[in-house]
Amino acid sequence: MVSKAKRLILSTLGTVLLGFATQASASGEAERPDGWSLLNMTEGVTGVSHSIYDLHMLIFWICVVIGVITFGVMFYSMYAHRKSSGRTPSNFHESTAVEMAWTIIPALILVVMAFPATKGLKDLYDTSEADIDIKITGYQWKWQYEYLGEGVEFISQSSTSQASIYGKAPKSEFYLEEVDKPVVIPVGKKVRFLITAKDVIHAWWVPQLGVKKDAVPGFINETWARADEPGIYRGRCAELCGKGHAFMPIVVNAVPEEEYLAWLAAQKAQAAVEKEAINNTLTFDELMTSGEAAYNRSCASCHGVAGEGIPGAFPALKDSVIALGPVADHLDMVINGSQTNAAMQAFGGQLSEADIAAIITYERNAWGNVPEADKTVQPVDVLKFKQGQ
Amino acid sequence: MAHGPAKGIGRWLFATNHKDIGTMYLWFSFAMFLLGGFFAMVIRAELFEPGMQIIKPEFFNQMTTMHGLIMVFGAIMPAFVGLANWLIPMQIGAPDMALPRMNNLSFWILPFGFALLASTLFMEGGAPNFGWTFYAPLSTTYAPPTVNFFIFGIHIIGASSIMGSINIVSTILNLRAPGMTLMKMPLFAWTWLITAFLLIAVMPVLAGAVTMMLMDINFGTSFFNAAGGGDPVLFQHVFWFFGHPEVYIIIIPAFGVISAIIPTFSRKPLFGYSSMVYATSAIAILSFVVWAHHMFTVGMPLAGELYFMYATLLIAVPTGVKVFNWISTMFRGAITYETPMLFAIAFVILFTLGGFTGLMLAIAPADIQYHDSYFVVAHFHYVMVAGAVFSMTAAVYYWLPKWCGRMYNEALGKTQFWISFIGFNVTFFPQHFLGLAGMPRRYADYSLQFTDWNMVSSVGAFIYGASQLLFLYNVISTIRSGEKTDDPKVWEGAEGLEWTLPTPAPFHTFSTPPDVK
Repeated sequence: MVSKAKRLILSTLGTVLLGFATQASASGEAERPDGWSLLNMTEGVTGVSHSIYDLHMLIFWICVVIGVITFGVMFYSMYAHRKSSGRTPSNFHESTAVEMAWTIIPALILVVMAFPATKGLKDLYDTSEADIDIKITGYQWKWQYEYLGEGVEFISQSSTSQASIYGKAPKSEFYLEEVDKPVVIPVGKKVRFLITAKDVIHAWWVPQLGVKKDAVPGFINETWARADEPGIYRGRCAELCGKGHAFMPIVVNAVPEEEYLAWLAAQKAQAAVEKEAINNTLTFDELMTSGEAAYNRSCASCHGVAGEGIPGAFPALKDSVIALGPVADHLDMVINGSQTNAAMQAFGGQLSEADIAAIITYERNAWGNVPEADKTVQPVDVLKFKQGQ
Repeated sequence: MAHGPAKGIGRWLFATNHKDIGTMYLWFSFAMFLLGGFFAMVIRAELFEPGMQIIKPEFFNQMTTMHGLIMVFGAIMPAFVGLANWLIPMQIGAPDMALPRMNNLSFWILPFGFALLASTLFMEGGAPNFGWTFYAPLSTTYAPPTVNFFIFGIHIIGASSIMGSINIVSTILNLRAPGMTLMKMPLFAWTWLITAFLLIAVMPVLAGAVTMMLMDINFGTSFFNAAGGGDPVLFQHVFWFFGHPEVYIIIIPAFGVISAIIPTFSRKPLFGYSSMVYATSAIAILSFVVWAHHMFTVGMPLAGELYFMYATLLIAVPTGVKVFNWISTMFRGAITYETPMLFAIAFVILFTLGGFTGLMLAIAPADIQYHDSYFVVAHFHYVMVAGAVFSMTAAVYYWLPKWCGRMYNEALGKTQFWISFIGFNVTFFPQHFLGLAGMPRRYADYSLQFTDWNMVSSVGAFIYGASQLLFLYNVISTIRSGEKTDDPKVWEGAEGLEWTLPTPAPFHTFSTPPDVK
């Protein structure tokens, strides 16, 4: 036990003092510290993240040196000048020279420190001449990615199940850091991120890219990254955005350019297929099955897996006026959001017609709900409703 | 005509005596400290391991919000006002505070403010859940209906602070004993004079911010709503224009306490008294021009970002001066290590560590990684807990014998110190690691690599929490049955007017002004 503890302390010290940081491995998944070895900032995989890391270590060491000197004097004094060693105290209480020195020297250190920090910041702010523009929109509690000029957009949200969060299922390796659809970027290209939000403020943070930027509703912030090596980089929302704040992870998949182009082409093809499929008529069972999945993905975090809602905050859908009433009101609520409660978002721009049709059908018939009329809603009904307004 | 306190509950309800009001402030703030601490225990219990075990995420957010609000506005600020009430008249040779009835009012509205705030926990929709920084639009368009209670609670608490500050400024400027020039005042009076001006300047700004929220929520304005032509970032500018001076409001009186305790137990006058006064004033003035360093990721223009970085770095200079002065006071003294001194030394060490991380956070590019992570949580708990709370604890041990004429149990005091010191560091030191490795703050749940340090942190938190119960026990047993003392000085090295008064301090002191050499 003793030797284990000693080894732990030594390795901890060594790691802290040497500024050890893990590198991305070749296998795609970046190797990351965990357990007791999780101690320091990642060096990351972009020029910006490296310069941030270097600044971090520089200021860290400056603090260590100042700390060693300051505390050294203090601890010496605490030992050597204790009353129990029989001392009589001195009476000095000022010294202009010393006081000037410890005002001017720290000021000079700060001036020296300001130069690399200014350079780093300028670099970080230089979003010019980007190769690719990706618009990122934060929603409660998911991210939407839009590849500007490519016609590709999708929602990316946590794929960790409620069951594993609440301890009813085992937690996977990437618990709360896994999404249904990662954002894909090419290696070696300058990617500009245009970041905004639709509801409250979020912040898009991927440590290994050296990117953190607030997503502010009504404003578009810019930042950028150029990943030097392929890999899967995991990040999180960093600005408190409500109860799902911890549950809207980010996964960035940096791949070689050819792979990126192939992926982009596949996305476009899939979008075309989905557009075609709007006219298909689905059976009740098909709608209910896909509706349950889509409901649990997009609606259950507020309205509950069993449609029970949260009293005082989010209305129940079981036996609700909207779910049982006229289908037009139901479509309006899902597509345009609530006029009186901002927490109910406009899903018209987030979800496909097929998903909205399935969700509405599911909400009208699940948990013992029996609608007055219009048991099912087809994707084409959703499209017509949207076009009609 | 000397007379004693009134009998019964009237003594407290109609109190105008600075000592009684000070006592009420201190007990009230300690009650709030235990309540806010209980919320912290709920938070750390939930974060002990990944997954949601005890509470739901929406309640978790209510806990972090209420913890922050109660600790800042309910525990730390009133505690220092209580200390000011007790000590400032005794330190400057005044018979009482300048405005005793307003003093009564400023205390007695506080319980109502916090009752309003805490009652939201039992209402439909739950308590405020948008963080103690209550960023719009999460706190406006998306807030629970109880936000209105929060707004009026803040108004009441703010009014109390403003009245308390006016009282302190009037007392110090008008009621000093003949010969007690400003530059002869103890540093605690100086630091409170500066703090009071900060409070008078920024509490109305906070009131403005919450009033704009009230308008946005209930009267259809769009101060913070982009869809109506407003700006959510405006909220953050207004909030931090209050918020940054606010964090110095919390720490500056602590500087005064430490500047009293270290010389006493070093048996040597404070080193660099006048530079301490100037450094404190410099910190206070700088606090008005650095607010947006809390907003480095919000999307400010480069020029703004650079300015706020440079200005923030400057604060390190006067702060350094203070630390160097304290250490020089100890240097070549004759130091003893009673409980107040232990807490004061821990303050110097841990506050300096918090200062170092503050310096790191000031480096704007590095802050891109630190911002809103547990690194920030570690940083501000090093300055708020090891700073403000440790100094407050030191102050209670230091002046309690003077207040009640009884000595606390030294062994118990030292025991509480070591449990607090260890518990505090076990709680908050690992949070530096968590933040650097990418764990954001205000997370109800986290991914698996963060498990080990979170467990350590939670264990530390329970130890630290328990140490506060020991503190409560020690204070109560001192008041009830501590060893009696009537030594006016109490401590061999103590200097200042309060130590010329009899022990315990009589109900009325300095009815005639003392001679100040």
